[in-house]
Amino acid sequence: MATQPQRRPGQTEQDTPGAPGDGGAPAPAGGNAQSQARVEELDSLLDEIDSVLESNAEEFVKGFVQKGGQ
Amino acid sequence: MERRVFGVETEFGLAHHGQGRRGLAPDEAARYLFRPVIDWGRSSNVFIPNGSRLYLDVGSHPEYATAECDDLLDLIASDRAGELIMHDLGQRAEAAMGADGLPGSVYLLKNNIDSQGNSYGSHENYLIPRTTHFRRLSTVLLPFLVTRQIIAGAGRIVPATEDAPAHYAFSQRADHMWEGISSATTRSRPIINTRDEPHADASVHRRLHVIVGDSNMSETTQLVRFGATDLVLRMIEAGQPLGDHELENPISAIRHISHDLSGRATVRTREGKRVTAVDVQAALLEKARRFVARHGAHHDRVEQVLDLWGRAVEAVATGDHSLIDREIDWAIKKRLIDEVAARSGLDLGAPRLDQIDFAYHDIHPERGLFHLLVRRGRAERLLDDARLRRAITDPPATTRAVVRGRFLSAARAHGVGHTVDWVHHKLVDRPLEAVMVKDPFVTEDPRIETLLARLGGELLELNPAEREAQSVPLALSERYVRTQPAAPPEPPLV
Repeated sequence: MATQPQRRPGQTEQDTPGAPGDGGAPAPAGGNAQSQARVEELDSLLDEIDSVLESNAEEFVKGFVQKGGQ
Repeated sequence: MERRVFGVETEFGLAHHGQGRRGLAPDEAARYLFRPVIDWGRSSNVFIPNGSRLYLDVGSHPEYATAECDDLLDLIASDRAGELIMHDLGQRAEAAMGADGLPGSVYLLKNNIDSQGNSYGSHENYLIPRTTHFRRLSTVLLPFLVTRQIIAGAGRIVPATEDAPAHYAFSQRADHMWEGISSATTRSRPIINTRDEPHADASVHRRLHVIVGDSNMSETTQLVRFGATDLVLRMIEAGQPLGDHELENPISAIRHISHDLSGRATVRTREGKRVTAVDVQAALLEKARRFVARHGAHHDRVEQVLDLWGRAVEAVATGDHSLIDREIDWAIKKRLIDEVAARSGLDLGAPRLDQIDFAYHDIHPERGLFHLLVRRGRAERLLDDARLRRAITDPPATTRAVVRGRFLSAARAHGVGHTVDWVHHKLVDRPLEAVMVKDPFVTEDPRIETLLARLGGELLELNPAEREAQSVPLALSERYVRTQPAAPPEPPLV
């Protein structure tokens, strides 16, 4: 439930039909493969965060004012 | 004590962002939010069929207090159900505002601080024997709670001040505690509150009210927060020697510790020693491990609690936060903020990072960043959706909440005025027959059944699908329908 690692293309729009869900695009060979995958995961995360957060960060933060509770 | 009653009360932050115009102020938004509650119970302070309490508290904060639980997972499920209930109310409020020409988004945040530093709480209740020595609460429990933030804090970006740059801290609440132990709440905010309303037999029990905790998004963090606290209380109750960690100044200590992520900040004990939060937690953890080895585990999550507690202490001691960065709120959120900051070239003072800090606590299942991290495998869960869904409607099965839930749902089905609280069950027309249930561990009470039987008629219990199909929020759905026309009720005792 709710824990499928999503693999979305980073900044670029690209469609890779037939790519296995978890395998994704071929990673560059060598020791960079892991860090490359990490960067892609992070960029995809950043995209997703951008898609759910309101664009004006400062207004959002300053507007969040409550009265004190207990 | 073999079984302990726990509860947690959560105050939510509330904001409305208008579409193309100013949003509503929090108190106006709160009125929209609680409209279905008032329609249902004629009050903005009600007990609901799952035995929990839903109300608007000081400062118009929507608040949810779990029913009494005697099992950690039940407690976490009930607390998480509170989030789902608030989210349901939030969605309905958004729709109602839209219908009134006030389109926008309702935000409900399970955190403890706004952008101006106003704080609101997450309060834990633990039933303890009256015989527990008060002195041990200040020598052992208080230092445990002051340092507990390193294993259970929700984390926070502290804005820059004249004296210090923006930085990340363990706790949201640490800077807002003003006293160690006291009986007041809003006025002085003590870490341990001793106002003595046990909601139980006062000759046997005391209710320990702890208001120092941060609200947690992570279920695993909640497990270690409540589970470790329970273990420390058990050792105190068993008369276990636990050393004296009494702090010279708990309030300055809690702040000092919160602002030093290295875990090396030292604080003075009353005996004049200098200790770190890691020292105090590691010492109590070691005692707890030995205690469990000697006496056995008292529930089936004890090993998990000890394991996560140990990794959290180690993560702080070594600086290797990856040991806990999918399980402990402050570390889950810090990893996110650090990675976004590095990738986007932002410094900790950047509004975007503050926004991410707040959005981590957004209870909206699609929009909230904690939930987004769970979907991406960057944070773990403990309970499945079906269990949380059940906790919206069903009281925990092993406490007095069962009695309360049954009584209020039955009285509603009979269409008779009634009032309930943690202990009392009263039909308005039969005040002399009111029933007090002082034992929090009972799950049935024949006096309640006798009282309900006087109302005549038979009740049919609705199944989950029938409850989901009702138009009201699921948490407020009717549990019973009456299958027979009302028999003439027995006359009340006069």
